[in-house]
Amino acid sequence: MKSEGEFVNQPDNTAFTQQRLPAWQPMLSAGIVIPLFTLIGLAFIGIGVALFITSQNIKVQELDYTGTATSSPCFQCSGLSIQNCTCERNFSLSELFEGPVFFYYGLSNYYQNYRQYGVSKDDYQLSGDTTYFLKPQSYCSPYQYSNNKPIVPCGSIANSMFNDTFRLYLLVNGSRKQVPFDGKGIAWWTDYNIKYRNPSPVNGSFAAAFDGTTKPVNWQKSAYELDPTDQANNGFLNQDFLVWMRRAALPNFRKLYGRITGGDYSQGLPAGNYTLQISYNYPVLSFGGTKKVVFSNVSWMGGKNQFLGIAYLVIGSLCVVMAIVMLIVYAKYKFPDNDDA
Amino acid sequence: MDSVLSACGLNGKKEKVQEERHLRANDREFNLSFKYANNAIKTSKYNIFTFLPLNLFEQFQRLANAYFVFLLILQLIPAISSLSWFTTVVPLLLVLCITLAKDGTDDINRHKNDRQVNNRRVDVLIDGQLKSEKWMNVQVGDIIKLENNQFVTVRTLTLLYTSSDPGTNLKVKQALTVTGDLGDNIDTLAAFDGEVHCEAPNNRLDKFTGTLTVQGETYALDNERILLRGCTLRNTEWCFGLVLFGGPDTKLMQNSGKSVFKRTSIDHLMNVLVLFIFGLLACMCTTLAIGNGIWEHQQGTSFTAFLPRQDGANAAFSGFLSFWSYVIILNTVVPISLYVSVEILRLGNSYFIDWDRKMYHTKTDTPAQARTTTLNEELGQIKYIFSDKTGTLTQNIMTFNSQDVLNKKVDFSWNSLADTKFCFHDHALVEAVKQGSSEVHAFFRLLALCHTVMPEEKTEGQLFYQAQSPDEGALVTAARNFGFVFRTRTPETISVVEMGINITYELLAVLDFNNVRKRMSVIVRSPDGRLTLYCKGADTIIYERLHPSCSKVMEVTTEHLNVSLRTLALAYKDLDEAEFEQWRERHHEASTALEDREEKLDAIYEEIEKDLMLIGATAVEDKLQDGVPQTIEQLAQADIKIWVLTGDKQETAENIGYSCNMLREEMTEVFIIAADTAEGVKEELAYGLQKDFQLELLRTACMCQTVICCRVTPLQKAQVVELVKKYKKAVTLAIGDGANDVSMIKAAHIGVGISGQEGMQAVLSSDFSFAQFRYLQRLLLVHGHWSYLRMCKFLCYFFYKNFSFTFVHFWYGFFCGFSAQTVYDEWFITMYNLVYTALPIIGLSLFDQDVNDRWSMQYPQLYAPGQKNQYFNKMTFVKILLHSCYSSLILFFIPYAAMQDTVRDDGKDIADYQSFALLAQTCLLVVVNVQLGLDTYYWTAVNHFFLWGSLSVFFAITFTMYSNGMYLIFTSSFPFIGTARNSLNQPNVWLTIFLTTLLCVLPVVALRFLLIQLRPTINDKILKSKGKKLDKMEVRYKVRQAKAVLPPPPRRFPRRRISTRRSGYAFSHARGYGDLVTSGRFLRRPVKTRLTLFPLVESPLAENSPQTYRSIGEGAQRS
Repeated sequence: MKSEGEFVNQPDNTAFTQQRLPAWQPMLSAGIVIPLFTLIGLAFIGIGVALFITSQNIKVQELDYTGTATSSPCFQCSGLSIQNCTCERNFSLSELFEGPVFFYYGLSNYYQNYRQYGVSKDDYQLSGDTTYFLKPQSYCSPYQYSNNKPIVPCGSIANSMFNDTFRLYLLVNGSRKQVPFDGKGIAWWTDYNIKYRNPSPVNGSFAAAFDGTTKPVNWQKSAYELDPTDQANNGFLNQDFLVWMRRAALPNFRKLYGRITGGDYSQGLPAGNYTLQISYNYPVLSFGGTKKVVFSNVSWMGGKNQFLGIAYLVIGSLCVVMAIVMLIVYAKYKFPDNDDA
Repeated sequence: MDSVLSACGLNGKKEKVQEERHLRANDREFNLSFKYANNAIKTSKYNIFTFLPLNLFEQFQRLANAYFVFLLILQLIPAISSLSWFTTVVPLLLVLCITLAKDGTDDINRHKNDRQVNNRRVDVLIDGQLKSEKWMNVQVGDIIKLENNQFVTVRTLTLLYTSSDPGTNLKVKQALTVTGDLGDNIDTLAAFDGEVHCEAPNNRLDKFTGTLTVQGETYALDNERILLRGCTLRNTEWCFGLVLFGGPDTKLMQNSGKSVFKRTSIDHLMNVLVLFIFGLLACMCTTLAIGNGIWEHQQGTSFTAFLPRQDGANAAFSGFLSFWSYVIILNTVVPISLYVSVEILRLGNSYFIDWDRKMYHTKTDTPAQARTTTLNEELGQIKYIFSDKTGTLTQNIMTFNSQDVLNKKVDFSWNSLADTKFCFHDHALVEAVKQGSSEVHAFFRLLALCHTVMPEEKTEGQLFYQAQSPDEGALVTAARNFGFVFRTRTPETISVVEMGINITYELLAVLDFNNVRKRMSVIVRSPDGRLTLYCKGADTIIYERLHPSCSKVMEVTTEHLNVSLRTLALAYKDLDEAEFEQWRERHHEASTALEDREEKLDAIYEEIEKDLMLIGATAVEDKLQDGVPQTIEQLAQADIKIWVLTGDKQETAENIGYSCNMLREEMTEVFIIAADTAEGVKEELAYGLQKDFQLELLRTACMCQTVICCRVTPLQKAQVVELVKKYKKAVTLAIGDGANDVSMIKAAHIGVGISGQEGMQAVLSSDFSFAQFRYLQRLLLVHGHWSYLRMCKFLCYFFYKNFSFTFVHFWYGFFCGFSAQTVYDEWFITMYNLVYTALPIIGLSLFDQDVNDRWSMQYPQLYAPGQKNQYFNKMTFVKILLHSCYSSLILFFIPYAAMQDTVRDDGKDIADYQSFALLAQTCLLVVVNVQLGLDTYYWTAVNHFFLWGSLSVFFAITFTMYSNGMYLIFTSSFPFIGTARNSLNQPNVWLTIFLTTLLCVLPVVALRFLLIQLRPTINDKILKSKGKKLDKMEVRYKVRQAKAVLPPPPRRFPRRRISTRRSGYAFSHARGYGDLVTSGRFLRRPVKTRLTLFPLVESPLAENSPQTYRSIGEGAQRS
């Protein structure tokens, strides 16, 4: 650069303006690609084996209790008009079902992910904002008002809350011994502690906070009566309610009902004959759905899911095969290295 | 202001304001009654108050923005709204803001320019005094004084002579005699009350009609009398002018802003694709709507216990609503932000052109300039270059290169001396001339006498020559340097200082140059009374007229002169007094003839220009610009066809063809065809362009390696370009530097202006400009290549990422009852294009380079993919579509299968909608970023930063938005609280992400690798060989310190051609100054002020920034 006047318009000489920024220029050369595929393939096979074995070790016991078949014990309950029906399903375990055992209910063909269904709730209500108790948001429609009274909790999701209840008995010497479900701690910590909040009691009465509102049309009890025995599990903080409100991504889903952890069952469910007593309330036959219960234990990779393991195995193998193919192709077809390309 | 009538008035009174303009000099009141525009110009579009509403109004007229608004309206209908309003509003606002900012800056610049122009000073004659006024205050009818090198503020009628030089774009402007007589006497000027009637404002630069009435006499006014705004006064000390048009009425302003908006082929393709995508969107939405109808019919009705219907809704209606809902959520297939992004990256790449030091010309301090910022990638697709010659390939500087002085009286042995190529820097030669024989003296005497150059001696000894063509200037200068100084001329005399002695020759006749004659002569009487005719002209022409005694020497004379030079033969003839008198009479007769004067004169000239004695020959080098031959060769290697369109004659053009490597020795065979074609073109062009010969012409021309079209008019230049554009469907580039190239520059896809010596017109209408032809190579092979590559990569990736993103919704539709449930969080949808994926792709498309600039230049073959449109076309688009289809399938079904029925490791829910959404969006983002990494050839720190930065920002934003705090503050806006914490700590989630990513990316890697092996492209080969060479280099480097990196420079082909003799006549084809010289009109004043030539360099808009006009207009048309 000489005197300033002379080259006023000269562009700056920086790596950026001259497009000379130092750069890494990787190339898809055989030396990189083929080892890469081999390594990935081997790693995948390894992961796949681990996943597969883990998944195999997870025990799952499923019982369908929809009652579609006439032979099914719950058949008599599946009629639409029948109320307060109870049915029982027996099953036996030949060996110890290692704990902790989780007890799920499952629904199929149930579209919790339907858009209009999904938006049909009022987050303000559920976070305990009482101004929205009397004036629910319009998303909740048509479960916004009932008999000119605002519904709390409003909306389709809350309204359609799953209301079958289960009791599990272990048959010991001909007598039934109830296996307790732990219904606490089945919802997400954030849901229980942050997202959902009960309204503050009015004049010391929790129920009074719900004054002027009505329960969802399908509910038999009001929200403040969901678990009168335990205030921490009552109202919007009822864990079954929380689990239900976390709507499923897919039309077939299962939701946690309770854990079997207590007392004698901390090691799991011992071998033996069991009876599951179902209080059958929830109608699914009308839309072709099914109901089931699932006993399952978990591993580090969550519940039983064969897919991941198999997928890893298959893709790992494919990678290795691909590496071999590429090696062959490279050896056979690599284009001549003319310097004058 | 457009025009000034200098000290001329026009009388004429008509009241039709629309069709005619009527004004009176020095009478403001009278002129103001017509309410003509004053000289304030306004190119800005907005002021502070109108900016926002006007600009927004303009913006909403664009299709893209209108589409946003349409979506927004859809979203406000509760039954349809599948997404919150902010998903549309945020991007829309961003787009609007970016455009607002850009338009705002542009307009501020325009305001600045306006202010600068309006506040310029000019001397105005007010109340009998010259006062300095701002331009903006000049009124129509004022008389203003302009001085040399000043910009012309207004259109003027001039008092004085102006001279024109077509080569340098100078125009002669001459005042009417009646006004010219007013001189520079302020009093007479102030009293001047002429009236002007003239045409209404229009934009034709070359025509003007009007009348001037002074004291009852009416004079016609034409273009010769008018000075246009934007011109510069040259070679004229001063000039008075009468303002005819002001400000917006001037021809310059009437011409500006009307530039044609050029679109690149990719723009056109993009428009087609966007239409196609709209179709695709409609198809997808229809499919899903039908699905929804069926689902509602079969399942929805029975699901009403949980999903109550609106009253009166049936399946069909639900399908209809679902159609619109899906229009909302699938709208991202139509990449609306595409247009904004494309503009950003084109702007960036334009800056790189502006910043390139290798296209900066130090001598003239001129950097390259991308004046249109929307055409960059087209630079990488050029198939045809149309080049002007003068000033583009050549410097428009003539150097007296060599000469032959042959003395027939002397033996041929003397030739050895004469044959030597003289160079006038050679002082030994000057000595030789001093001692030299009379023949050598005759040679230079001729050069000093036989011309129409105007001298200007500003101070003693400082001579400036005003030559009609640079060649002439070169010759006279040469003579001057050899001691034959042409000093002054009057109509009757020429004063020459011959070897220090003042000699005045009597100039008896000037036999001026014209195209047919290809020679010029002067007849002079020397002080000792000898009558001599000096003639110089094209060698072929002169040889025909030589005395038979000269025949032997003819051959020898020019053969050995370097063929790439323009050669001239010089001859003289002593005249007999009686004979001359006789001829003179006839000459006078002919020159006053009313009919066929030209022909008669030619015949008369012919009579006397015979039996000439050859003195010698000169060669003037039409200096090529630096690096022209190499550039042309490089471009030819890149398979770019170069057509030279020149107004020059064939020989000259051919010469240039040889000297710049377009025609080569080994092309002998080809040459004949090429030459024929060149001629053919020349002759047929006129027909060809109008009639059915078009195709024929084109076919022939395209078979030739090189096409040189000679004698082409500016209009024909444009026609040739149009012809190729029309029939070859190829991308064309026109490069030129003069006003005569403007039409061509505007016609071609890309116009390049050489910002050189010929005024600014070409530059102003060009899209790119730089100082030297050789920069074209870098512009195309480096910037063009990169821009094209980047643009294509950008488009491919952009479509890929948006399709992959959107198609997942489509698949999900089948699992959520076609209810238009989005897969992702609404915030993710909002931010995906704006935040998460915006910067990495911009980084890629600003910095990516497949090979660096030196390799791009080294391997012009790399240019081919652009020409063949290989990187982005409909086929690629289909491939992208399929690829993103595949990716979206993976992106949906792998998470689907992996999450089906599974739970967290503590047995809690993880297959819920929110976790699934998070998983799907994380997978998507990782996949598109890895894909981007795969597409990046050139990883600068910026790329790393953007890529990793975007990923980190995604996680950061996600965790923030899903945090407790956000939920507690904005309860209903962030319902995803806790999702990130609850699912991203699960190993199976990460395993799923990993699996999805590899499954999306590995096939691409494998496919690319196999393609490189099986069907390597030119790029692959070069990259590979480059890798090898780099390796070798490293080795070499270790052995002996850095060696030359690049392979040897391309061979230079020998310039000389022996087989055909080519000769050129140094004069350009325009008429000389003969008339002016002999008319004597310029001699009325004392020597110093005598020459009042004002050649005007037309430089309209020089001070405004035309780039601004263009981009604004472009913006307005953009949809």
